[in-house]
Amino acid sequence: MELDLFVRYGPALIRGFGVTILCWAAGSLGGLVLGFVIACLYRWSIAPVRWVIYAYVEVIRGTPFMIQLFILYYGGPYVGLVLSPVQAGILSFIVYGSPYFSEIFRSGFNAVPKGQVEAARCVGMAEATILRRIVLPQMLVPITPPLTNFFIILTKETAILSVVTVPELLYETQTMAAETFTYVEPFLVLSLFYWLMVIGTNWLGGRVEARVTRHLKRA
Amino acid sequence: MNFSFDVIWHNLPYLLAAARWTLLISVAGMAISIVWGVFLCAARISKNRLLANVAALYISFFRGVPLLVQLLMAYYMLPYVGLDLPAIAAAILAVGLCSAAYTAEILRGALQAIPAGQTEAAHALGIPGFSLWKRILVPQAIRIGLPSLVNELILLVKVSSLASVVGIGELTRISQNITGQTYRPLEIYIAAAAIYFLINLVISGLGRLAEKRLQAG
Repeated sequence: MELDLFVRYGPALIRGFGVTILCWAAGSLGGLVLGFVIACLYRWSIAPVRWVIYAYVEVIRGTPFMIQLFILYYGGPYVGLVLSPVQAGILSFIVYGSPYFSEIFRSGFNAVPKGQVEAARCVGMAEATILRRIVLPQMLVPITPPLTNFFIILTKETAILSVVTVPELLYETQTMAAETFTYVEPFLVLSLFYWLMVIGTNWLGGRVEARVTRHLKRA
Repeated sequence: MNFSFDVIWHNLPYLLAAARWTLLISVAGMAISIVWGVFLCAARISKNRLLANVAALYISFFRGVPLLVQLLMAYYMLPYVGLDLPAIAAAILAVGLCSAAYTAEILRGALQAIPAGQTEAAHALGIPGFSLWKRILVPQAIRIGLPSLVNELILLVKVSSLASVVGIGELTRISQNITGQTYRPLEIYIAAAAIYFLINLVISGLGRLAEKRLQAG
């Protein structure tokens, strides 16, 4: 073990970790919002729109993230979409995550009994109020674990962004390994970083779960 | 720009040949994953605390570290500890070992769905532990877990694209090479995406067929 290497490369690694966190947070929150919009569109729109959404979900879920990233980053400029690596990374993350999130939200919508929504309509609640007061609080209970799960999956997908030279954690580690010809230490430390990130996300998910199930425990 | 189908058409044979490597990695990875996953699952739920903890640690590590990092570890790190594998073996091993962690959890969930009375009955009849697993628990667990296992196989097909990073000429790598020659990233990568998508459609179709078969039998 040559620990002084980490002193020399420490700042670069920490910068890389920052970029990883940025891409993960921006990409997965964007994907969460887009996924929610897609799930709502699927729920409240006409058949042709549903077919388009269905095809979108199937195609994005059926192709590798790396290929989507390549299409966006290398193919984008040919249709006038020139992005920096970080921008391409975040955008492809949003696109990649949205169908998974929308499917989770869709299952959540289905988990709320129809009768409650109908009853709310009968007493004259507006659609937006029904969503906010009746549907959302209840659907958050079953969907929080799968949402946490997918956030965890996304923390690990950030490693793929290194392939299009996004200067994130893996990219910086590879640079360090290539410059110093050490492979064992950097990769062990790297996997420790990701592992901690996953454990942290898991803990956060547990907190959110405790918060959204609070109303169930009061009884 | 004009989208050129000619580029796709000319390079289709190369892409299809490369898709065979994609299939090899994912199917071989799945085979390792199921065999190793059964043992992991058995260890995870065993009464031996040490064994159970080691298995839990293994699962936590392999599920918590990006597969790309695991691949790079298998490819760059193993030679330093004296295990010099060819790239394709390292890739299959990394994919299989990682996927085994997920398979073990899928099987664990499926095992919980099997009534405990069956195990008790087998014990009462004096069926030894290995036969109990081989003949009673594992076949049922695989049937119950089949939808999730098919899902895992689809994930493996997509994940095999990561093997391009360690220089294996599978679909993604060959697409990169062709793009380098033709400067047509949009067409080539969309064609590659379509091939991945078709493979996954076939797998999910076969999975649904197998589900029906197993439920009938």
